[in-house]
Amino acid sequence: MEVKAVEFVRKAHEALHNPRLQEALRRTEAKFVQGRREALRHLEDPDAVRRHATAIRDTVLRQLDAWLIHFERQAQARGATVHWAEDGREVARILTDIARRHGVRKAVKSKSMVSEEVGLNAALEAAGVQVVETDLGEYILQLAEEPPSHIVAPVLHKTRDEIADLFARHHGRPRKTDTAALTREAREFLRPHFLSADMGISGANFLVAETGSVLIVTNEGNGRLATTLPRVHVAITGIEKVVPTLEDAATLLRLLPRSATGQDITNYVSLLTGTKQAGDADGPEHFHIILLDNGRSRLLGSELEPILRCIRCGACMNHCPVYQSVGGHAYGWVYPGPMGSILTPLLAGLERATPLPNASTLCGRCAEVCPVNIPLADLLRELRHVQQVRGLRPRLETLSLRLWRALVLRPRLYHAVMGMAAWLLTRLAGARGRLCRLPGAAGWFAHRDLPAPAGETFLAAWARRRGKP
Amino acid sequence: MRVGLFVTCIANLMRPAVGFAALRLLQAAGCEVVVPPGQTCCGQPAYNSGDFETGRKIACKWAQDFAGCDYVVVPSGSCAGMIRVHYPRLFAESDMQGEAVRQLAARTWELTAFLVEVAGLSQPPGWYQGKITYHDSCSGLRELMVKTAPRTLLARMPGLVLEEMDGCETCCGFGGTFAVKFGEISSHLADNKCAAIHATGAQAVVAGDLGCLLHIEGRLRRLGDTTTQVLHVAEVLAGRQGEVAWK
Ligand code: SF4
Repeated sequence: MEVKAVEFVRKAHEALHNPRLQEALRRTEAKFVQGRREALRHLEDPDAVRRHATAIRDTVLRQLDAWLIHFERQAQARGATVHWAEDGREVARILTDIARRHGVRKAVKSKSMVSEEVGLNAALEAAGVQVVETDLGEYILQLAEEPPSHIVAPVLHKTRDEIADLFARHHGRPRKTDTAALTREAREFLRPHFLSADMGISGANFLVAETGSVLIVTNEGNGRLATTLPRVHVAITGIEKVVPTLEDAATLLRLLPRSATGQDITNYVSLLTGTKQAGDADGPEHFHIILLDNGRSRLLGSELEPILRCIRCGACMNHCPVYQSVGGHAYGWVYPGPMGSILTPLLAGLERATPLPNASTLCGRCAEVCPVNIPLADLLRELRHVQQVRGLRPRLETLSLRLWRALVLRPRLYHAVMGMAAWLLTRLAGARGRLCRLPGAAGWFAHRDLPAPAGETFLAAWARRRGKP
Repeated sequence: MRVGLFVTCIANLMRPAVGFAALRLLQAAGCEVVVPPGQTCCGQPAYNSGDFETGRKIACKWAQDFAGCDYVVVPSGSCAGMIRVHYPRLFAESDMQGEAVRQLAARTWELTAFLVEVAGLSQPPGWYQGKITYHDSCSGLRELMVKTAPRTLLARMPGLVLEEMDGCETCCGFGGTFAVKFGEISSHLADNKCAAIHATGAQAVVAGDLGCLLHIEGRLRRLGDTTTQVLHVAEVLAGRQGEVAWK
């Protein structure tokens, strides 16, 4: 997927003026935020579970290599083949290789963010493989030729009416607007694909080292069909997704759906272990697991490592006031919201995502809800620091900060300048008591007035008062 | 109890009344208040823009300014959070200068939390007649857990009614330089906040951070609301209506 994160401001502007999107965002915010709050109440001590989950993730990250090798051994022992991919190009090569070897003409896909990350569909289609998205949301986006706008609810930005139009156009059936009818129609179109596909592609919510299993959670059951019906199953996931034991996976599963959609548990939790064995009713004959690095291992041991704890629940975006205002497309890549503002620069390149680390008020609501306690605001600030060190901050900002720093560290000068500013601003505001514009401050005054100051700084007034008898 | 008052640069420049109100409240709580004349800014603009080196320099300066104080009190959750939470992070554990900063930072408080938890102010000296609503500014709320302290104090004021707004913990969109760089998103968030304020029918919106307040007031006025008062919690508690006669 192309990285368009530098266009954040323009895309945010469009989003703010798109009434349908605004309506959709308001609705989902209400649903997800409230849903999470309710669902967490069903846990006896949610914060203890969150601490435990954090510890599990950290344990893995501290010795990621060892856990991955452990996982690989267990998966191999059960008949799976594990591939290691440095970047998206390698994933494409490995996957097209597999497809060619098994004579694959059609692949059905369950939802996978990593596949968006590496532009998998395009690569497969270039290799002559037809790709069908089977997650309802992803299917809709495939018809609309749009990227997802949310990692859990990819079509969050679309209204039912738009979807009805889309289906009518592509399916050639009478237009319907009822959700159940639309879902049924999609199902009718998707079912034959499951049966005729040679390959199923999925992501992984977790990789269980103990058993070599790939764990996926879905709400639609399409994941189970895609991973068990076709002859070949390929699971593609980031290397950070491994957890030590089934018990650990269970702990994380207590948080993932609750944080994501406000469900106590998702409709389907599939634990995919090895290939079809003699006596098994179903399952793939060939099971390949592609472990993607794509810049992740570079983060290990760095200040930014905690982002690798992420379990992709989406709670941070659901609760982020900026995401709630502009939606996911404004962020310009696969991962939106606070976690995306960290992941996009790290995985796709800081130069290609300069606005993102700054597109946050650092209000901290994201970290407050993150089930694995990722200090998202601190990481955003850390990225700003990296930008500063690498000279990627706006020139004007750097210049004015340098000027301001020179003042702050020289109190006498600072107070003289402040005194003048207080006097001047008050004069400019006049009887109205507020300023409506000021040269060089368009960013503020385009949207707001500024209440006038009192004419004298506190410290000057205080000194004067103390000087009096 | 020697309490250093850190007025914050925005209050110093834009609304000295907040500084005087804080002074009055601390005195009412029986503190000996000192106002170091060389104090400037806590360094947030640089720190939040990723310039940690400048942050360190300013932290050291700040620690010198307030050396000898038993406590430092700040009428701003975000500046107090900067000092208390972020200053210590700027220094390596073995750093001697950092040690001085760390020790003082640990004794730094947001004003209302200090009044309730340390000074035990039982009766705020001000008075206020009417209905207000309270906006929980993000840093104070999430970095310092300032939530009940301002409400406890406001509840002790006869004649004052607190009507909570929807989403009182939701960011108003100020965010320091965010308000300038992403003006449109910032004002969109402010609009949500203004709507929530209006829905309560309160005559005043009150908060503990002047940055948020200037942003909210600026947006309210731009939208044509000239009547809703926008007040710092210190101004309300010390009695802005009528009598902070400092001129
Ligand atoms: S950063 Fe935290 S809240 Fe956001 S998606 Fe990842 S786990 Fe969920």
